[in-house]
Amino acid sequence: MNYLTRRLAAFPLVLLGVSVIVFFAIRLVPGDSITAMLGTEAGLLTPQQRDALAVYFGIDQPWPVQYWRWLLNLFHGDLGISATYGKPVLEVILQRFPLTLELALLSMLIALSVGVPAGVFAATRNERPSDLAVRVAAMIGQSTPSFVFGLLIIYVLSAGFGVLPTMGAFTPLWEDPIRNLGQLILPALTLGFAFAASVTRVSRSAMLDVLSDDYVRTARSKGASARSVVWRHALPNALIPVVTLSGIEFGYLLGGAVIVEQIYALPGLGRMVLEAILQRDYALVQGAVLFIALNFMIVNLLVDLAYVALDPRIRLENQ
Amino acid sequence: MMGFLRSIFAHPSGRIGGAIVAAYLLIAILGALGLTPYDPLMQFRIDRLHAPTVAYWMGTDLFGRDVASRLMKGIGQSFTVAFFSVAIATAAGTVLGLTTAWFGKRWDAILMRLMDVLLAFPAILLALLIVTVVGPGTWTSVAAIGIVYTPIFTRVVRGPALSLKSREFVDAARTFGSSRFYILTRHLLLNLVAPLTVQVTLALAWALLTEAGLSFLGLGTQPPAASLGLMLSDSRNLMESAPWLMIFPGITIMLSILGFNLLGDALRDILDPKTRRA
Repeated sequence: MNYLTRRLAAFPLVLLGVSVIVFFAIRLVPGDSITAMLGTEAGLLTPQQRDALAVYFGIDQPWPVQYWRWLLNLFHGDLGISATYGKPVLEVILQRFPLTLELALLSMLIALSVGVPAGVFAATRNERPSDLAVRVAAMIGQSTPSFVFGLLIIYVLSAGFGVLPTMGAFTPLWEDPIRNLGQLILPALTLGFAFAASVTRVSRSAMLDVLSDDYVRTARSKGASARSVVWRHALPNALIPVVTLSGIEFGYLLGGAVIVEQIYALPGLGRMVLEAILQRDYALVQGAVLFIALNFMIVNLLVDLAYVALDPRIRLENQ
Repeated sequence: MMGFLRSIFAHPSGRIGGAIVAAYLLIAILGALGLTPYDPLMQFRIDRLHAPTVAYWMGTDLFGRDVASRLMKGIGQSFTVAFFSVAIATAAGTVLGLTTAWFGKRWDAILMRLMDVLLAFPAILLALLIVTVVGPGTWTSVAAIGIVYTPIFTRVVRGPALSLKSREFVDAARTFGSSRFYILTRHLLLNLVAPLTVQVTLALAWALLTEAGLSFLGLGTQPPAASLGLMLSDSRNLMESAPWLMIFPGITIMLSILGFNLLGDALRDILDPKTRRA
């Protein structure tokens, strides 16, 4: 079996494991979803009404039966009905996903456009004061939690400039791109800051490794300009660890940035899952976690395939 | 041991990181012994939202509680969670990693798939799920963070253990009739101390981050107990009138993570010369 088939074959197995854990874990949360959904009004339900709701949401059967039914429905593309939203789970997820995807892409764009040049700059000035300055900045960036940096941005903006980030109703990209970017730029900066710091550190160390390689010395000695040596000869080979890091980080961001979404009141995937867990919205938690895990695995696979594209010497079959 | 400490001290990052971590440990111990300027739970009602002064070095919060005392207590809280959760992850990860590498076959296949399953969850979501199931609290956070980081330690141990297993000295030990337990603990584990030490230090930084994140979302340490993440979360609505409520806990969290990151970097340089410049 070749590498790709083997990796793809592992997907259903891992997803099955994820679904089993989530399915039973969320049912272990004290309290039931009908009470969580209706609050105090749940007390007004007659036993018959409660039973009818339980049947509607498919939570009237023993857990193993519920799981089996959920799994069968999953194969028909039916993830169930969200108790909180009263809509199909897939629809709720797909409503939230564009924001999360856009935020992840923007953060990665910020991280790469700051981190790679900063790392290359530091590597070419190894052990000089400017290298040290970049390294210190990157270390601080990597050690600043997103919620500390996010709150700091909001504080500086509100205390220093008297402006507050646009919160409240979120505008999708296709409705009003400028307003949408205005809403997402601060969250993206918040997430991109620590991300850029990691990219800087990894690009710097990868560049240092490559710059001492024989082929770079050859390029130098045959008279290639310093700029061409760094950007054309060395950088492409230093990119592999950067791709790995960015890919993994991007995969995590696709699962939603719970805390940053919370700070900026963004309706993303992370906050949705948090609320769904707190609301005991079984179907939504199950569907969303499965969706997030699948995304994460796809991104990881793409990262591995990108190695081959960047470095033809790597044979994935042998790994 | 002295030589090891000396080489940490000789490394610039090691010196700074070590000093930060030592200072935090001292503060945490003082906090645990109750040697704080005030009782962290005492409410000085007439001094509510007092800006930093000589009496209250870091000001007071909405209930008139001394921020400096609460920070001292909060550091102890965060460090307790970080140390215990990383201890769980290290112990579990080491046992799992060593045994999967040693026994291989079905045990390895089953366990590593299980680790893949856990790794497919975003860390904070998995921790959130565990915390909601068990109910928030200090020891729940310890368990949740410990479980989240176990797969990472399993992988860190399994890789090198696999290559060590096929080395001559292990074959020799087997020929001499050393017991399996002896080989696993003496020959494999001792050779894994270096990568594990680096991983433990860096994991402490992540654990502090995750603990603060859980508390920030209201799912870690529960009020009125002091916790860095909770203090930061409470500061959100008072940011403009009482910025010290945000600034001091923010800097405290950041510096603690910075300390462990610097120390981890230094340890990697010292213990793993191959990645010296990383």
